[in-house]
Amino acid sequence: MVARSKKTTWWVTYQMNKEKRVPIIPAKQKLMALVILAIVISLYYLASIVTNSSPARLINGIPHIFEFVFVDLIPPNWSYYSRVLPPLLETWNIALLATSLAVIFCLPISFLAAGNINKKAWFYQTVRFLLNVLRTIPDMILAVMFVAMVGIGALAGVYALFFFSLGILVKLVSETVEAIDPGPLEAIRATGGNIFQVVWFGALPQILPQYVSYSLYVLEINVRASLVLGFVGAGGIGLILRQQMSLFNYGNIAMIIFITFIMVTIIDTVSTSLRKRLV
Amino acid sequence: MIQFRNVSLTYPNGHKGLKNINLEIKDGEFVVIVGLSGAGKSTLIRSINQMVKPTDGELLIDGENTLKFSDRRLRSFRRNIGMIFQNYNLVKRSSVLRNVLAGRLGHTGTLRSIFSLFSQEDVKLALNSLDRVGIAEKAYIRADQLSGGQQQRVSIARALTQKPKLILADEPVASLDPPTSHAVMKDLKRINKEDNITMVVNLHAIDLSMQYADRIIGLRNGEVVFDGPASSVSEQTFEDIYGRPIKEDDLVGDVSNE
Repeated sequence: MVARSKKTTWWVTYQMNKEKRVPIIPAKQKLMALVILAIVISLYYLASIVTNSSPARLINGIPHIFEFVFVDLIPPNWSYYSRVLPPLLETWNIALLATSLAVIFCLPISFLAAGNINKKAWFYQTVRFLLNVLRTIPDMILAVMFVAMVGIGALAGVYALFFFSLGILVKLVSETVEAIDPGPLEAIRATGGNIFQVVWFGALPQILPQYVSYSLYVLEINVRASLVLGFVGAGGIGLILRQQMSLFNYGNIAMIIFITFIMVTIIDTVSTSLRKRLV
Repeated sequence: MIQFRNVSLTYPNGHKGLKNINLEIKDGEFVVIVGLSGAGKSTLIRSINQMVKPTDGELLIDGENTLKFSDRRLRSFRRNIGMIFQNYNLVKRSSVLRNVLAGRLGHTGTLRSIFSLFSQEDVKLALNSLDRVGIAEKAYIRADQLSGGQQQRVSIARALTQKPKLILADEPVASLDPPTSHAVMKDLKRINKEDNITMVVNLHAIDLSMQYADRIIGLRNGEVVFDGPASSVSEQTFEDIYGRPIKEDDLVGDVSNE
């Protein structure tokens, strides 16, 4: 009752005096927004004190950035390309193999992680929990773990990216499965089909375009993620990048960055245009 | 023969879908179940093939209590029951033929079906079913390219491909326009006569019910409030079942095109 009478107060006063200014946002809401804004700004300020950073330091650093780019990196050492291409190909192979394996293995797990297919609550919750745990591990940590387990080299990178992309793919695909039209599933259950047939004939055709699209998207992510895996010894271009950085060979570093940039752009463009045609 | 013996169904939220139903449906009958929305028509029809499971009583089909069936036994029992839905429930991105072949899934092993290894016999049966509802030439078209009436015919063909003894149709014409509604009802009636398949059909349109049914069962609040031959039914009967006067909306409209 109190809230109701409060709500009507402004209306009553307005009725009595129509000359009065009508605000678009009520004064109380305005005050609230101001308070929130003040809190957010002071949090930023606090963070800058704690981390010992200031706008002045950022601005003072800008010339250093220019110096690094225009003096150290340019010109790239063009003749270095022959040393860049083999590890870059290895990087691409790591990404492709890990993605392909994840694309295959994500399918059964995705259906187990979809509440409309896996109706056993405890089983569904267990699968979801394990996947959440898997997704909390960053790709670099996975790479460090697998380098320790299987040794330095591309194999560690494949393992790391496989589990990394499995987590992403299962999340995306299982949520697509949960959003499908339940009608066809019901129809196939009504013909006497078992759970595999319900999934294969009712669910799979419905998710197919998104499934392919997500797979390509994860390939894009993996190509980028695999570039830095070499920093921790998991093979590919990152290995020579770290090497050249510790030797301050800026011309070679510029060449690595340049070729990598071209490759990533090509892969992203092709994959994006493929995905556009799908959905 | 389907026998309901004191069948009740209470949903997990406490809503009583069916209250103490006693019915007997003979082989080859064309039964129409009428009632307002929420009266329990869908629940009644879906409890026959246990898409929803009754919580009390006995549901005998050919003398066997189906409520005691194991999952495996239930699946093999469902093979012999075709089902038609208001929204057709086709896999829209799959071809018409693939949708119709889904009617053979219960008879096909899991591995064979996953690799689409249906026998030629099954494929021809599916084509023949499509031919019987007049759309065989659409076999390789994607289901979402068809009109509503054609999609419902695909779903009838899917049910026919199961070679069922019984077809359940849950509001088969509620999403269709009047001429198409009559065409679909005629298909169902013809199949009922030619193959002697028992039909249990939910409808809410009064004129359609009176025109196509052999027998009409009226439901209100989960209880059977009328059961008799279609010939004995008048508009007064419907006013009794619905518990209110008949309105224009309760009719589909007669389209006499013969």
